[in-house]
Amino acid sequence: MATFTLPKNSTISKGKHYPAPHGAKKVRSFKIYRWDPDSGENPRTDTYDIDLDACGPMVLDALIKIKNEVDTTLTFRRSCREGICGSCSMNIDGLNTLACLKPIEDVTGEVKIHPLPHMPVVKDLVPDLSQIYAQLRSVEPWLKADTPPPPDGERLQSKEERAKLDGLWECILCFCCSTACPSYWWNGDRYLGPAVLLQAYRWIADSRDEATGERLDALEDPFKLYRCHTIMNCARTCPKGLNPGQAIGEIKKMLAERQV
Amino acid sequence: MSHSTGEAPRQSQLRTPLGRVRGAGSAKSGVAHWWGQRVTSIALLPLTIWFIASLATSAGMPHHVAQAWIGHPLNAVLLLALIGLTFHHIAAGLQVVIEDYASTEGSKIAAVLAVKFVCVLLALAAALAVLRIAV
Repeated sequence: MATFTLPKNSTISKGKHYPAPHGAKKVRSFKIYRWDPDSGENPRTDTYDIDLDACGPMVLDALIKIKNEVDTTLTFRRSCREGICGSCSMNIDGLNTLACLKPIEDVTGEVKIHPLPHMPVVKDLVPDLSQIYAQLRSVEPWLKADTPPPPDGERLQSKEERAKLDGLWECILCFCCSTACPSYWWNGDRYLGPAVLLQAYRWIADSRDEATGERLDALEDPFKLYRCHTIMNCARTCPKGLNPGQAIGEIKKMLAERQV
Repeated sequence: MSHSTGEAPRQSQLRTPLGRVRGAGSAKSGVAHWWGQRVTSIALLPLTIWFIASLATSAGMPHHVAQAWIGHPLNAVLLLALIGLTFHHIAAGLQVVIEDYASTEGSKIAAVLAVKFVCVLLALAAALAVLRIAV
């Protein structure tokens, strides 16, 4: 359901300021959303002035530096630091992206960092993704086939069949797209959202899968699928350069085509 | 952003996330609605251009000439098509907007029904106006 204003306990106040060390020449301010469930206080925006001469090039480098050297209470998810694990997705400078792939130099002025939009917050930059993980589970993102695999090897695909998975298999489930989608904001309890629908199409498009019809049946729903209004924030924000909107379009096309 | 941890809404729903997400399952519909919106919008492109052009060229037309124009079988058929498709398209489009933004199930159903009812009535009234002249 659409909510356009923040509830009272979610309005953000001005937070603490951590100045840069003396002698720092290349200083950049990082304004970071902070919320601690145990404090009972409203969220706040803390400002950290960081010397970029003593910091790695990416936003994640700055976050790790802050946590190591300035404020150990800052909480965020990260793992691989090279755009493969999808853990450090957050809203940086107004755009959902991976902190590890976002160069600090790409941001002009203060670097504003918030958690992924419109998700429940666990703490600071950590969103609660349990619903979206359940939605992913609900599209059964694994190979389903009644035909047993050949006894002497794997299930084969032609080069053409394999090429249909390009632009789909690269998704790392960071959920930048789903949390950038207004339709997912308003109706995320029923709409599956771009990330999950791209995953659903990844299996629909897989020549080895034998459950295409069941998969399409499960998606044929005014809310699960048809809340996509081709706003295309998903494709604009995807840090891997994928196009979930196009995958959703392919699902809609297949649903229409099987009627005729 | 909202805060769920430790707050009442979390505690009052102990159903698993997967159970909630699966919900009542797929409605097994939506294709006809989606396809209908696309087909009517494509059909309305030439019809609307034709209608606007006809209106523009009929400025200052005497009453009996306008009646004769509406009564012409080709114009009457095109007008009826325009009326049917326009109101079908309006109802389908507004339904999607309401479903997107309505805050409760009750208000959603009431608003969608009201829109459909008004669209059907307006379409019937407009069609009757054409038919009374044409038939």
